[in-house]
Amino acid sequence: MRAPSQVTARVVAIEPAGAYQLLTLAAPTVAAGSEPGQFVAVAVGGPVTSMLLRRSFALYTADPGTGLIQIVVAEHGPGTAWLVRVEPGASLDVVGPLGRPFRLPPEAGTAVLVAGGYGSAPMFDLARRLRAGGSAVHMVIGAGSAERLFGVDEAHAVADSVVVLTDDGSRGIQGLVTRPLPQLLGPAGASMVYACGPMAMLEAVGAAAASHDVPCQVAVEESMACGIGVCMTCVLPVIGADGRTRMLRSCVEGPVFDAERIRWKDVGTLPADVLGADAMVVH
Amino acid sequence: METSVSMVTSLADVTLPNPVLTASGCAAAGRELAPFLDPAELGAVVTKSVMLLPRSGRATPRMAETPSGMLNSIGLQGPGIDAFLAHDLPWLAERGARAVVSIAGGSVGEFAELARRLAGAPGLAVLEVNISCPNVASRGQVFACDPVAAADVVRVVKAESDVPVFAKLSPDVTDIVGIARSCVDAGADGLSMINTLLGMAIDTDTLRPVLAGVTGGLSGPAIRPVAVRCVWQVHAALPTVPILGMGGILTGLDALQFLLAGASAVSVGTAVFHDPCAPVRILAELRAELAGRGFGRLSDVVGLAHRGLQR
Ligand SMILES: Cc1cc2nc3c(=O)[nH]c(=O)nc-3n(C[C@H](O)[C@H](O)[C@H](O)COP(=O)(O)OP(=O)(O)OC[C@H]3O[C@@H](n4cnc5c(N)ncnc54)[C@H](O)[C@@H]3O)c2cc1C
Ligand SMILES: Cc1cc2nc3c(=O)[nH]c(=O)nc-3n(C[C@H](O)[C@H](O)[C@H](O)COP(=O)(O)O)c2cc1C
Ligand code: FES
Repeated sequence: MRAPSQVTARVVAIEPAGAYQLLTLAAPTVAAGSEPGQFVAVAVGGPVTSMLLRRSFALYTADPGTGLIQIVVAEHGPGTAWLVRVEPGASLDVVGPLGRPFRLPPEAGTAVLVAGGYGSAPMFDLARRLRAGGSAVHMVIGAGSAERLFGVDEAHAVADSVVVLTDDGSRGIQGLVTRPLPQLLGPAGASMVYACGPMAMLEAVGAAAASHDVPCQVAVEESMACGIGVCMTCVLPVIGADGRTRMLRSCVEGPVFDAERIRWKDVGTLPADVLGADAMVVH
Repeated sequence: METSVSMVTSLADVTLPNPVLTASGCAAAGRELAPFLDPAELGAVVTKSVMLLPRSGRATPRMAETPSGMLNSIGLQGPGIDAFLAHDLPWLAERGARAVVSIAGGSVGEFAELARRLAGAPGLAVLEVNISCPNVASRGQVFACDPVAAADVVRVVKAESDVPVFAKLSPDVTDIVGIARSCVDAGADGLSMINTLLGMAIDTDTLRPVLAGVTGGLSGPAIRPVAVRCVWQVHAALPTVPILGMGGILTGLDALQFLLAGASAVSVGTAVFHDPCAPVRILAELRAELAGRGFGRLSDVVGLAHRGLQR
């Protein structure tokens, strides 16, 4: 893993991809050392912006050869509204690569990759790397509706099998991404699960994987003020190897965590047994 | 031309190579900024307020972006003084970085104990006393809002400490000069100002407060005019007391405003979230702005805006 850098990245292309905009940026130092699951933090609003905090996006592609990176941006609030309207040739202030990537298995096996919405962005590079290491890859891609699916065609190119689902049935099977999991994780099934998407989905996928005793890595999405580990806003309760729960920073200790380590029900609360929670009671 | 400006400054009797520091809570203990800047190139690294025991901090959400600023409600998450002394301070010292160590306590005794533990620690240049903490003994009233409690803390820290002690003031008071005076009378060698302003945001979709802690500290350029005013008022009243100024500094010119108002050095906080290289960029910009105005020494501009004004 390479240290992050801050670069002025030129917008090479911006094109619609369903409900999203696909941004291609020239950012050689970011492209050089990044791995799937890592993200970039982009300044929004231009040089005199009143939006001080960077917006985080998972890396979809990163090509050290061309120096290009790509991100998939969903318009959400004012920051992403600005970002999806940048013009080719414009410059963006980008910090990356950030965070810990998905870990590849020590030996080849069968991987199930589960993605919700733009959460599929980091999964294609991951699938390629898993396949290059000899693993079989099955992808489950879901979204609220057809236009919020990202990369279905590419999924067919990089995976051994693909299941597509939408909440409203507008494409693929109607239902949630957890629906095909019992079959994929069953007795002769997977040796590892990777997931990226909304927190509720990650929790459900983690639970499904646990019930089949399959290890599961998830890339979480927490509100981040700095993205580089200095502000302590992006924490969630994670159980350590010593059995103690700590508030870990998802920007530097994540965004990829073992699903079984995350105290899902306690995210957004302060459980009394978290390390240092006793000190909070006093003041 | 630019290199001819002497940027040397001092905080009480500690000489710093330049006046740009990080702000407590906005640079952790310096390590995470290393990919972006050399901590030894800064005037000093101001570390996240450390307490005696490890602290989990509050539940999330801990932040909300606001116009030209942000609210935070971290709750002083940190490793506690033992881990800080074992891992954080040595890291800075090994790199030749000067450390301004911020301490926080829930009682006068906790502040004293922290100062005692830090006495003689390698790399420690200045103690910054974060008195914007609730005082357990007076049902959570913030030390910084009570001149007597603030003075009590400063007095015990000063008694234990072998480096200059800076009291960090809260702007959420009716008379900041009164609190400043009371800290200086209790032995403070200097003043850091300002801490965040208490603020709040409500989510109009959930119809609930955005922050899990309900209220939070407002920082960033939104508070800069308040901060410059506070530095101005305190410098006018106590012109010989060194001030570490902060609040919304984003550029070299912003830093210059604080120096002109009377600060000897500045801390850069929230700007780091926007631009991790901000402290070194601001230092370079400040140097160029001083050169462009024909100043040969940084010390020539400290408090300059007060000169010749009728009061
Ligand atoms: C590690 C990570 C990877 C992400 N990857 C992608 C991606 O590939 N594509 C994509 O479209 N979005 C992604 N997001 C979410 C994206 O960062 C937010 O949608 C975006 O920050 C919202 O900004 P806004 O100004 O439009 O919304 P606002 O709601 O106005 O944002 C206000 C503040 O809240 C923060 N915020 C709001 N929503 C989120 C959120 N869901 N997650 C984190 N911070 C948030 C913003 O950073 C900002 O500081 C990712 C988030 C994280 C943490
Ligand atoms: C996320 C965050 C955490 C902070 N933590 C501390 C802290 O631990 N101790 C402290 O004295 N001030 C803390 N502050 C206040 C800053 O040090 C600074 O006084 C204030 O933010 C104003 O400067 P700025 O606008 O440049 O950020 C914190 C500020 C932020 C934004
Ligand atoms: S976003 Fe600042 S520590 Fe993670």
